Amino acid sequence: MSGAGDLLHVVSNDTISARRKTFARLTIWGSGLLMLGVGAAQTLHSTGNAALGFENWRPTLYAYVAWAICLCWGQVLLHGENGKRTLFVLPAALFVISLTVFPLLFGLIIAFSDWNLSSPTGRHFNGLDNVRQMLADPFYWNAMTNMVWYTLAILVEYAIAFGLALALNAEIRARKFFRVAFLLPLMLSPVAVSWMIGKSMLEPRFGPVARLARELGWENPSFFGDPIVAKATIMIMDAWTFIPFMMIMILAGLQAIPKELSEAAKVDGATGWRAFWEVTFPLMLPVSITAILIRIIFKLKLADIVIAVTSGGPGGATDTVTSFIFREYRDRSNVGYGTLLAMVYLVVIIIAMTLLMKLADRITRPRT
Amino acid sequence: MTQDMTQIFFDSPQDAPPRGNWNWGRLAVYALLILWSVICLFPIYWTLTTSFKMAPDVMKGNMIPWGDFTPKWLGWRSLGLSPDTWGAESTVRAEFLKRFANSAITSVTSSVLAVVLGSLAAYGLTRFSYKFGYMKNSDISFFFLSQLILPPVVLALPMLVLYKELALLDTRIGLILLYTLSVLPIVIWIMRDQFASIPTDLEEAALVDGLSIWGAFITIILPIALPGMVAAFILSLVLTWNEYFFAALLTSTHANTLPVMVASQTGSQGISWWSMAALAWAAILPLIVIGVVLEKYIIKGMVAGAVK
Repeated sequence: MSGAGDLLHVVSNDTISARRKTFARLTIWGSGLLMLGVGAAQTLHSTGNAALGFENWRPTLYAYVAWAICLCWGQVLLHGENGKRTLFVLPAALFVISLTVFPLLFGLIIAFSDWNLSSPTGRHFNGLDNVRQMLADPFYWNAMTNMVWYTLAILVEYAIAFGLALALNAEIRARKFFRVAFLLPLMLSPVAVSWMIGKSMLEPRFGPVARLARELGWENPSFFGDPIVAKATIMIMDAWTFIPFMMIMILAGLQAIPKELSEAAKVDGATGWRAFWEVTFPLMLPVSITAILIRIIFKLKLADIVIAVTSGGPGGATDTVTSFIFREYRDRSNVGYGTLLAMVYLVVIIIAMTLLMKLADRITRPRT
Repeated sequence: MTQDMTQIFFDSPQDAPPRGNWNWGRLAVYALLILWSVICLFPIYWTLTTSFKMAPDVMKGNMIPWGDFTPKWLGWRSLGLSPDTWGAESTVRAEFLKRFANSAITSVTSSVLAVVLGSLAAYGLTRFSYKFGYMKNSDISFFFLSQLILPPVVLALPMLVLYKELALLDTRIGLILLYTLSVLPIVIWIMRDQFASIPTDLEEAALVDGLSIWGAFITIILPIALPGMVAAFILSLVLTWNEYFFAALLTSTHANTLPVMVASQTGSQGISWWSMAALAWAAILPLIVIGVVLEKYIIKGMVAGAVK
C-alpha cells in the first residue's frame, strides 16, 4: 500500500496576488454558505416550520455540487501549481466521500429508528429496539453462519483454481482457446447464470444435470430440497462463476516464477509432487493470499444468485446476509431494521478482514 | 511489470507446443482441460439450444440441433427477435430493447466516469505527495481501496431513502452514481499499477519543455497508459453490466436494467423455457463477445497488482 513509483519532483514558484486569494476564499466560503443556507431552508420546510414549496431535496443537491466545483476551482486560484496537483485527487475523493461517508452517517441514524417507508407516520427513534430484535432473530444469525460456510468453500475453489492454472501453465496446444473458455463464466451475468444453471439445467425432471444424476444412481435428484444439498448447489454455482478469477491470478503468479528456479529444483532431484510442494507452492503464497483475500471480499457480497434461485430457501438454508436483508426490506419495507443488520454486518466484516490481513501479513513475511 | 504481463500471456514461439512424447501425464492434463471446458461451455450451449426448442424437445432433453430436434424460432419469436417478427410491432421487443438500452447506458457511462475519476486520482497518488490534514498518500490510497470491502447492502437502504428524497429513485443517473462508486476502487487499483510502471523522466522532460502538469499528463502520459485504461474500462463494464442488487432495489419501471428483467421473468408461473432461454442468452451475448474479443485486457486488468 506504500507509494508505488517515484514521485515527480517539480519546483514551481507562482506568485499569487492577495486579491486572487481573497476572491478564491470568497468563492469557496460563499458557495459553502449558499449550500448551508439552502439546506437549512429545506430542513425548515421539511419539519413544517416554514412553507417554502420545495418538492424534494434536489436544490440542496445542486447547491452541494456547486460548492464542490467551487472548492476544486478555488484550489487552483489559491495555490496555483500545487492546487492543480490537488485537482487530480480531489474530484474522486469528494465523489467517494459524498457517496459513502454521508450515507453511512445517515444510515447510523436510520439504524436506530423504526421507519416503515410505506406508512405515513414516517421515521421515529426507537432506541435499542432494533438491536434487541436482531439479537432474537434466528434468521439473521443463520444467515451469518451461512456466510462462514460460503467463505470456507473458497478453499475448495482455490484448490480447483490452482489445479486448472497448473494445467494451463503446462506445455499445451490451443492455450488461448482454453483460456477464453475458462474465462467465460466470469463474464456472464449471475442472474442469467442462475436461470441457465439453477432453474434450467438443475430442473429435477428434465434438466440435463438431473438426468446425469439419475444415470449415476440418484433416484430423485432434487437440488434445492434438502438444506445441505441446496447450500452446496449455491456454492457450486458461485464457484463456477468465480473460479476463473482466482485461476487467472494464480496463472499470472505461476508464469512470473523464473524458469531457472524450477530447472534448478529439477537438477536437485525434486520432481512432480515434491517440486510442487517445496518450490512452486511456497513461491505462490503471496499471490495465493491476494487472490483469496479478494475472493473473500467478493464472496461477502454474494446475493444475486441466492435471490434469483432459492430466495433463501429451504428454510433459510441458503440465505446470505445480503439476500436476507433484501427480503426483509421487500416483505416489510422497514428500512430501520434492515439498516441496523447491514451496519452490524459491516462491523463484523471490518473486524474479520483486519484480522485476516494481519494473519496474511504474518504468513507472507519471509521467515528469518 | 505491465510490459511483462502482456508478454506472459502472449502465446510466444518459445512456449509453442512441444512435439512428441505423449505420456500419461500430458494426457491427464488434456483430459482435465477438456473436462473443464465442457463444464464452462455447456451451460452456454444448453441455453442457446433451448431457445430454439419446442416443449416436447425440452421435456425429452434433446440436445443436438438437427440431430434429435429441429430448431424452431419459438423462443426468439416470443421476444420479437426472430426473422419473421422483425418487421412487426412487438411490445416484448420494445420492453427488451428498453432494458438493453438502460443497461448499456448505465454501464458505459459509469465505467467512463470511473475510469476518468480513477485515473486522475491514481496518477496524482503515484506522482505527487499530498497532505490533507493527517492523511498522506498511503492513507488516501487506503481510503480509496478500502471501499472495496464495503458490501453494497450497507449503502443500499440509506441510499434508497436518500434517493427517494432527492427524486433520484428509478432514474439512470442514480444507478450510474452508485455503479461508478462500486467500480472506482478497482479502477484506482489497476491504474496505480499502470502509472507506477511509467518512468517519471517523461514528465520531467515535458515540464522542462514548457508543458504544464496537466498538459504533460494529457499529451504524454495518457497515451502510454491507454492499455491500462482499456483494461480498467472493460472490467468495470463487465461488473456494472451484470449488477443486479442495486438495480433491483432502486429501479422499478423506467430505469430497469437487463438483469432485473431476467430475474423478474424467472419468478413467474409456468415458465416457457424457450423464451427464458432466449432472454438469458440475449442478456449474456454482449459479454460473451467482449470476453472472446478482449480477453487480453480482462486478464490484464485482473492481474494488475497481483504479481509484484
